[in-house]
Amino acid sequence: MLLAFDTSSPTVTVAVHDGTDVVAQLTSGETMRHGEQLTPLVDAALREVGIGPRDLTAIAVGVGPGPFTGLRVGLVSARTMAYALQIPVYGACSLDVLAVEAVDTGAVAGPFVVASDARRREVYLAAYDDAGLRVSGPDVQRPADVAESLRALPVVGEGAALYPDFFPDGRAPLRPAAGWLARCVVEERVELSDPEPLYLRRPDAEIPRAPKPVS
Amino acid sequence: MTTTDEPLVLGIETSCDETGVGIVRGHTLLADAIASSVDEHARFGGVVPEVASRAHLEAMVPTIERACETAGIALHDVDAIAVTNGPGLAGALLVGVAAAKSLAFSLGKPLYGVNHLAAHVAVDQLEHGPLPEPCLALLVSGGHSSLLRVTDVTGDIEAMGATIDDAAGEAFDKVARLLGLPFPGGPHIDRSAASGSSVAIDFPRGLTSRRDLERHRFDFSFSGLKTAVARWVEARERSGEPVPVADVAASFQEAVCDVLVRKALDAASSEGIEDLLIGGGVAANSRLRAMAEERASALGIRVRVPRPGLCTDNGAMVAALGSSIVGRGRPPSSYDLPADSSLPVTTVLAG
Ligand SMILES: [Zn+2]
Repeated sequence: MLLAFDTSSPTVTVAVHDGTDVVAQLTSGETMRHGEQLTPLVDAALREVGIGPRDLTAIAVGVGPGPFTGLRVGLVSARTMAYALQIPVYGACSLDVLAVEAVDTGAVAGPFVVASDARRREVYLAAYDDAGLRVSGPDVQRPADVAESLRALPVVGEGAALYPDFFPDGRAPLRPAAGWLARCVVEERVELSDPEPLYLRRPDAEIPRAPKPVS
Repeated sequence: MTTTDEPLVLGIETSCDETGVGIVRGHTLLADAIASSVDEHARFGGVVPEVASRAHLEAMVPTIERACETAGIALHDVDAIAVTNGPGLAGALLVGVAAAKSLAFSLGKPLYGVNHLAAHVAVDQLEHGPLPEPCLALLVSGGHSSLLRVTDVTGDIEAMGATIDDAAGEAFDKVARLLGLPFPGGPHIDRSAASGSSVAIDFPRGLTSRRDLERHRFDFSFSGLKTAVARWVEARERSGEPVPVADVAASFQEAVCDVLVRKALDAASSEGIEDLLIGGGVAANSRLRAMAEERASALGIRVRVPRPGLCTDNGAMVAALGSSIVGRGRPPSSYDLPADSSLPVTTVLAG
């Protein structure tokens, strides 16, 4: 029994996979407030399947990239649950999961790009081949700075929906779904990592100048 | 003495730059594991929230692990999980709250979201036994300067006064920077002041004039004091004379402590309270302790100050409060518990 969740987008998504297929998938009723919504959703998903936390055998978590605060809620929860339950935890790049879903659902055929919302008028971006394997990225860029050759490709994810002037060929899905994360991990469709966040940006912090004179 | 019918509580604290995990049984401290990101903030001259939040994520599981090892318990032996859910830095609090929920859910144990300020008060029970109630608490650190009337540490706390500008610890940091002393400023000012004269310079005592006392009898202000120190130091530098660092440190420290102690004792006397508890990082200041004890004894007021390691932010204080809350049979928090950066002190336990 694999529990999967992703908090890298404004939506909290939780799923349970029984080794054969996804047996529960829940999505937060409202956006943001990841910290408030994740555990109740996990609780509800396990109840739906009729299992308890001790029946879990592994945890999968989307490691972003994504806005830091929400992303950390998912990562610290995954690490802490895995530690408390003494089970393994796997990380997967959230853009890779979107890519696999896009390929499997036929939303794309041929090379494409996944772009998510990085806020501050930027996108998190990675490029994929026709099988959904990552060929470049992820990195963070302003839409205007993305190479012309990539912008012309189909673009999966919310980034295209937010900046249609730069990404004319936007495609679904827009945000990661935990059911696909679970499939990607069970079927080893994506590169698995430690549950380390993909921040891709340094913290904003300024080294202070000498104190201003007051008189 | 620890008996197994007392609750075994694990507490998590991440409201600022310390990742703290404490374990208590009843009011016996079993472990107080801390990982601090203070060194990462030093060059910025203050805590950088995003740096602190990143550090909490990395430190969380290793610190829980270390606490269990020190306490000699298995995680599933724990009876309850307590966590600071406010006040503090929003992103930092969130890491601890999410970890606490995951622990509580995975272990099937109750979760208690508790107030950081109340935890600063409750921690003293680990060292000095049951709290006298009511008591008056003076909490002073880089983040807080509060005077609290504590009727019941698990549910009835009233704010009598607070700072209207800088926190006391912030003033220490800023003055240390003016004097070229490292961050965090508190211990360096204290050390430097030891060889200086506390009466060398007459720095202002904020909110102590008759007019201020009408509106702000129990409130604090340290921003004017900080500016006065800056002006004095600049005037010295302009005149080409060396700055007597120890004298400035001692005189500044005297001004801060004077106001803190004066207002705390005034509050205690006005409420007829005979026990004053001092907590928070600034409680480690040697002059504050000495002055409080000296002036309080003249009024027949007892002073309790936990040892320095328990005054600064830590997980043991959260576990201590959690243990009192479990002991008084209060209902646990729900899994949708939010992190609340401006949680009022009147909310000791989240619903
Ligand atoms: Zn504190």
